[in-house]
Amino acid sequence: MTAYIARRLLASVPTLVLISMVVFGILALAPGDPLGQLAANPDVPPEVRLNIRHQLGLDEPIPIRYMKWASAFARGNWGYSFGSHMEASRLILQRLPTDLWVVGAAYLVAVFLAIPIGVLSAVKQYSVFDQISTTLAFIGFSLPTFFTGVLLIIIFSVRLHWLPFIFNVQVTDPVGMLKQAVMPVAVLALFQSAGLMRFVRSSMLDNVSQDYVRTARAKGLREGVVIIRHVLRNGLIPVVTLLALGLPAVFTGAVVTEQIFRVPGIGSLLIAGIQNNDTPVVMAITFLYAILVVFFNLIADVIYGVLDPRIKYG
Amino acid sequence: MSNDEVREIVTLGTTGRLSRREVIARLAMLGLSTSAMASALAGAGLQPVRAAMSGRRGDNGVLKLLYWQAPTIVNPHLSQGVKDYHASRVCLEPLLTVNAAGVFTPVLASEVPSRSNGGLSADGKSVTYKLKPGIKWGDGRPFTAADVVFTYQFVINKESGATTYAAFATIDKVEAPDPSTVKITFKAPTPAWYLPFVGSNGMILPKHALESYVGSNARNAPFNLKSFGTGPYKVESFRPGDLVVYSINEFYRDPNKPAFQQVQIKGGGDATSAARAVLETGEYDYAWNLQVEWPVLEAMTKAGKGVVITEGGGGVEQIYINQTDPNKEVDGQRASIKTPHSFLTDLKVRQAFGLAVDRETIAKQLYGLEGDATPNVLTTPSKLNSKNTKSVFDIAKANQLLDEAGWQKGPDGIRQKGGVKLQVTYVTSVNTLRQKEQQIVKDGWGKVGIAVTLQSVDAGVFFSSSPGNNDTAAHFYRDVQMFTNTFTSPFPANYMRQYYSGDPAKDIAQKENNWSGDNYIRWVNKEYNQMYDQALVELDPTKNDALWIKMNDLVVSQAVSLPLISRRIVSTRAKSLNVAENLSPFDSETRNIADWRRTG
Repeated sequence: MTAYIARRLLASVPTLVLISMVVFGILALAPGDPLGQLAANPDVPPEVRLNIRHQLGLDEPIPIRYMKWASAFARGNWGYSFGSHMEASRLILQRLPTDLWVVGAAYLVAVFLAIPIGVLSAVKQYSVFDQISTTLAFIGFSLPTFFTGVLLIIIFSVRLHWLPFIFNVQVTDPVGMLKQAVMPVAVLALFQSAGLMRFVRSSMLDNVSQDYVRTARAKGLREGVVIIRHVLRNGLIPVVTLLALGLPAVFTGAVVTEQIFRVPGIGSLLIAGIQNNDTPVVMAITFLYAILVVFFNLIADVIYGVLDPRIKYG
Repeated sequence: MSNDEVREIVTLGTTGRLSRREVIARLAMLGLSTSAMASALAGAGLQPVRAAMSGRRGDNGVLKLLYWQAPTIVNPHLSQGVKDYHASRVCLEPLLTVNAAGVFTPVLASEVPSRSNGGLSADGKSVTYKLKPGIKWGDGRPFTAADVVFTYQFVINKESGATTYAAFATIDKVEAPDPSTVKITFKAPTPAWYLPFVGSNGMILPKHALESYVGSNARNAPFNLKSFGTGPYKVESFRPGDLVVYSINEFYRDPNKPAFQQVQIKGGGDATSAARAVLETGEYDYAWNLQVEWPVLEAMTKAGKGVVITEGGGGVEQIYINQTDPNKEVDGQRASIKTPHSFLTDLKVRQAFGLAVDRETIAKQLYGLEGDATPNVLTTPSKLNSKNTKSVFDIAKANQLLDEAGWQKGPDGIRQKGGVKLQVTYVTSVNTLRQKEQQIVKDGWGKVGIAVTLQSVDAGVFFSSSPGNNDTAAHFYRDVQMFTNTFTSPFPANYMRQYYSGDPAKDIAQKENNWSGDNYIRWVNKEYNQMYDQALVELDPTKNDALWIKMNDLVVSQAVSLPLISRRIVSTRAKSLNVAENLSPFDSETRNIADWRRTG
């Protein structure tokens, strides 16, 4: 097991290097510069902008820029934002609590909704409950978050004046925190739970018709015990993978939803970084995401083995 | 918040250990509403809150501003965009401010320099400012002329990478003969003595905070993230790209100002929802720069929570006409100065393009209060807006001009001459408003037999200075393009340089200068160049103004650029917020934030 984990960790190094090269290359080749917002202001003439490009090292060849970035990163320096010149890692840390709170809450809500509903839907396949939850899941799954987000804003902020639609980290009282988190959490949870619920349902259905379930029933076990002890345990194995792979998103934010509700999470930092051609920030976030994905993949594989003794690590 | 806390604070007030103002401030920090505060105070026999609103420092609670582009740095000289100037201006101040009409008001200077008060030298080579006495920085240190000198040194050091560099580039030296006097000497006689240290570009930095951060180290200064100045507030906390929180600068010179205990600038999102947060939901007090289609904005005002405020001078939306051929390539570049455009170099053709543009419809349907149809490329400050021109929409006249120029309509309705078709590609940045403008213009041009292919390029690409990208406005590899240039000083030299070619044409954007020239249309006109050169040194203000107007008239009569809309600065404020006259194209909207107060 330990050897397996060590081997997997070692194998992830070239993967991450490759990812960093590809992302860096794309960013470097993308048009635009960090001073784009001053572009139509002739009081900031082109020579000043070229000088600033030079100060930021943007006029150097891409391979050299990459090597500089990579060696700094290897030494633990994630780079400085072109805009604020704050360390990218500090910018990310500043926003992490918000993501853990908003995106994390949405994730928890999604999981707590999806698993019971999915299980119940599978057990009572084609019942009214199954029909309704499946329909709702399809709606949740097919409506993009930018649509549901704006819809909620129009209903609850503009028409009813119940909830604020601009997230403010200055708000610290519990009621205010809750009020401003309700809509983004709801939007995200709806979207995530819909997909998850469908997955749980089909995974459960796969197992319900298996021989071992029939055996369990033939032994005279009660239906509830069969479902919870036997079907659920096996049915949830693939769900664990899905959940583990979904976790990095909690740390890296929800790009669209954060934008709509102005939630200062890492997703909105990424968007702003892309818009402003703030390469160090974008690199830091995408690379963090890559690391987390690789890491949680490994976690999922390990948990898999724990849940399913048939899997052996060689 | 507990009742005990409230009671304790109120008791401190009634027993005289806290002033009434301090009591209110502390209650505000506990999050008490105005009415709750009023009852708490009245119960304790203290003056109610209403009366306190007559102008005591910090009595108005929290002021919330919404910027759809978030501030990223609070050092104005390292600004990445207009929002950074605004966020900095809450703390920092220039020597003078300027309004839309071009009228100066002293801020840190004690008076506006002039010939009569001896501030301006007769040879136009120097200007001397007297500074207001007794002004202190946010940390209590005295503000002196040495700070002004330092600001110059900070900006002019190329290694600092200051975005305000251009405003200071004409200076030879800045000296402080005594702590309250600043003498600026220019390299040449200059009529625009007010370029440096005035308005958005001219905010003065505290020497003691930045002394060891000049040059390549400038971006590492802690000050950039936690600035303080001589202004009414100082940065309390800053989350780049999200939120700036300001608290009162206790050393601010007016003991009764500012009115707000705390100011917040929240950033991010988009312009439309920013407008919504002020106009429809009332969550925020103020939102900046709302380039939203007028019908959308107007509909939001019906909710009755806020009002739209505008001021002239956001620049001119115009259609630039390429004088070189974008379809031929020489020496690795298209639209080279060596290949004149096949038909856009013909004055009659260009005039026909101009006559077929329906400015009034664009103004009325899309801009509303956000802009006015204009025949001029230069409209700001208002005294420079030429009265010698007029905008005409005349399809018949346009047709007649094209007939005269020998362009005949073919069977497909498109005019042609000698096998060349009158067809153009028309590009602008991606923006719903601009795409609608394109449609209206295309419609007019179609009526006179001009075929138009519309294109739009992402704003980040279109306005980038990246020399390697062929889609930038500077490359201008199309026939016509549309955008707005704005400028931040009442001296329009940098703005009018977009029609200046220099001799030999070195200011034209081309491969040789990495497309860094300002003249994208690649128009070469000796008369214009001469007037421009003259305006840079003409010291008589009346003659100087006349020169800019003549330059505008020349560009308009030559139809190398078709002005459409004189844009206005557009913001929204809550009905209960009085922002005095804060809007000016030449200084940040937060320039008088010390005077903002709540009225209801």
